Amino acid sequence: MHDMSTHAVPHGAPTSFIRKHVFSIDHKVIGKQYYALALLAALIGMVLSWIMRLHLGYGSLAIPGLHLLSKNGAPGDVMTPEYYLQLMTMHGTIMVFFVLTTAPFAAFGNFFLPIQTGAEDMPFPHFNMMSFWVTFTAFLVLVASFFTGTGPTLGGWTQYAPLSAIGDVGGPGEGLGVVLWAASIAIFCIGQLLGSLNFITTTLDMRCKGMSLMRLPLTAWAWFITSIMGLTAFAVLMPACLLLILDHVAGTSFFRPSNAVINDQVLPGSGGSTLLWQHLFWFFGHPEVYIAIVPGLGIVSHVLITNMRRPMLSHRVLIYSMGALALLSYMVYGHHMFVSGMNPVSSLAFSFPTLVITIPSTIVVLIWLGSLYGSRLRINSASLFALGFISMFISGGVSGFFLAQPSIDIMLHATYFVVGHFHLVMGVAAMFGIFAGTYFWFPKMTGRMMNETLGKVHFWMSFVGAYCIFMPFHYLGIAGNVRRYQAFTDDYLIPLIPVHKFITIAALFTGFAQLIFVYNLIHSRFWGKVAPNDNPWEGTSLEWSTATPPPHNNFGDKMPVVYHDPYQYSVEGASTDYVMQTSTEQLKNTDEEK
Amino acid sequence: MSQADLSIHAQVSRTGATETMTAPTFSVPAKKMAMWLFIIADSATFAGCLVAYGFIRNATPDWPRPFHSITNVAIMTLILLTSSLTMLIGVRSAEQGDKAKAFRFTMITVALGILFAVLHIREWMGMIGEGATLFHNPWGTPLFSSLFFSITGLHLLHVTGGVIALIAVALKYQGGRYNADDLEITGLYWHFVDLVWMFVVPLVYLLNLAH
Repeated sequence: MHDMSTHAVPHGAPTSFIRKHVFSIDHKVIGKQYYALALLAALIGMVLSWIMRLHLGYGSLAIPGLHLLSKNGAPGDVMTPEYYLQLMTMHGTIMVFFVLTTAPFAAFGNFFLPIQTGAEDMPFPHFNMMSFWVTFTAFLVLVASFFTGTGPTLGGWTQYAPLSAIGDVGGPGEGLGVVLWAASIAIFCIGQLLGSLNFITTTLDMRCKGMSLMRLPLTAWAWFITSIMGLTAFAVLMPACLLLILDHVAGTSFFRPSNAVINDQVLPGSGGSTLLWQHLFWFFGHPEVYIAIVPGLGIVSHVLITNMRRPMLSHRVLIYSMGALALLSYMVYGHHMFVSGMNPVSSLAFSFPTLVITIPSTIVVLIWLGSLYGSRLRINSASLFALGFISMFISGGVSGFFLAQPSIDIMLHATYFVVGHFHLVMGVAAMFGIFAGTYFWFPKMTGRMMNETLGKVHFWMSFVGAYCIFMPFHYLGIAGNVRRYQAFTDDYLIPLIPVHKFITIAALFTGFAQLIFVYNLIHSRFWGKVAPNDNPWEGTSLEWSTATPPPHNNFGDKMPVVYHDPYQYSVEGASTDYVMQTSTEQLKNTDEEK
Repeated sequence: MSQADLSIHAQVSRTGATETMTAPTFSVPAKKMAMWLFIIADSATFAGCLVAYGFIRNATPDWPRPFHSITNVAIMTLILLTSSLTMLIGVRSAEQGDKAKAFRFTMITVALGILFAVLHIREWMGMIGEGATLFHNPWGTPLFSSLFFSITGLHLLHVTGGVIALIAVALKYQGGRYNADDLEITGLYWHFVDLVWMFVVPLVYLLNLAH
């Protein structure tokens, strides 16, 4: 009945500029598009954080030109308290959705997952193209809220009800701004669904001969696990955003309680639940944290193994740990709601899995450290950022032990302690994962090497700078400095202002280091040293066995066949210190996966 | 789903096994796998809505129970269940190569789907006639009609999408561009829409039946 022909090349190489670079269905081009979007978003998010930090450190400092961004928000170039909150909301939303989700998962995953599984492309290339353009549309819708008369929403990236549901009476941007925000996120969810479908089917159905699941590199596993989380987490956020939009445009009151009094007005509303929003949001929100970080775990492992010249202590346990993180990430979301008025018994129920989730995290870290112990690590920009990732992951993770306990969280909730915690463990760590991946894969993606000296300068400035910014956050939090304050006028806060000044200077310093990275990226793309060969780091996985940059169908005329585990380094008796997955060399002294 | 994408791999064998690739995991080829994954995601979406409904219903004193009869919803349920059966017969026939029968039964499924939608809209019109809107109703808290219309509306949207998809796939199957697998995959979606209704009926209708 059916043609038994091959997984024929789903599409021929495009010829026109538009089909090649704009509406491309080639996963590699889509990966680069995602990367470019993430880079743009990261720069915007960083500039927003600079403006906020200047305001926090130097009070009513006028920032020249700020009134151009918003007439009402910054009269005389000094921002209003509401405008501070608007910038903060946009910083969080842009960074979480359009950088931390987009770069490590969608950008690198799109480019390298099909290559690492040995496929010619993903099974649904048109969905893949749509997924990028849908995501890009979501970004435009979000950024458009800057240009509405009242500006973007000020409710924070979590958009807690009732503030997010009551409309303009809640402040500037709480009407149209929230609608645009919710629409943007709902659109973003569709893009993630399309991407996840492709990632999962690629992993399960598009592997070349000999590539069993356990022979997939750790990066492929990380993207696979992440896409499973993305599939279900965003599917719950989308209806939540749609209900929020209905509250604004259709007169419903899902998230609007009865008789709320805000700004001396009794608001119309009939018995909606403010806690419901938090439940729906955090059921997405916590897996989202792992969607941001798990690809980083994969990238860091991949980069470290290549530079250590030996595999991790256990390939399988690393994979199981990432799977356990994904599974548990759905069961812990209530730890964001300890002080929300939820039943204290629920707090206990959510506290337990939160402490349990530290076990797989710790196992991953111990495997890394144990594997690093005694290895002769090749030091380069990529491996430095991988080490930096581990450092940030530990530093940010340790404060999680405190926050996981309801009794301690009552003190620390909504203070800078929390802000420091999540910036280190999912913000900076995930960024370091992106940087490690960029320095590592740049030669494969572009055919040129990045400048190593600039890369190392970038690393040390970022590493020191990030700690200078976020370690003092913990101190501020313990001292009682509540997050989201735009000025410090209370007696107990005034002595903390020098700390804020220090953090502001550190933020500008660290931000400057990122400009070095952007320069390095663009300069190397066009004028960098040409990559010496297809495999400059002497890696073993499939991306290193194809041409640089890979041809349209990834492997040219001949599909790869895999004979070995992904990380056969320093195998006794082998002819070189690395045996590529496609090598036909017989290995005697090793147990291989089937 | 875009039909163009569904057709790209039409030539892949039933198991998906080829000479250059490893056999698909669980022997489920990519297209069918994608439909299962979509169903998982869509289940999460419906679950989110139903949990929201349960959460608010639980938190609201004097929740209204305006339904007096289950006749209409019972008929609708029967129609949808029957449509799953006709879908099944259609897919079976396609697998056995009986193209005419497969097309006929898919079209019967379509007709039943349309009948369901018509009855549903008739029910909606009745409630709207009594004064129910998204933000108001004569029976009690407005949240009742907000949630009722949102959840049944989401389901109705799925039924409508399913009817359109079935017509498109059946026509292309008739024309020879799609095969039995494509029909089966669209059928999976139709069964899912049916299954969701099995959650909506007890939670949204039977629980709100007047004493």
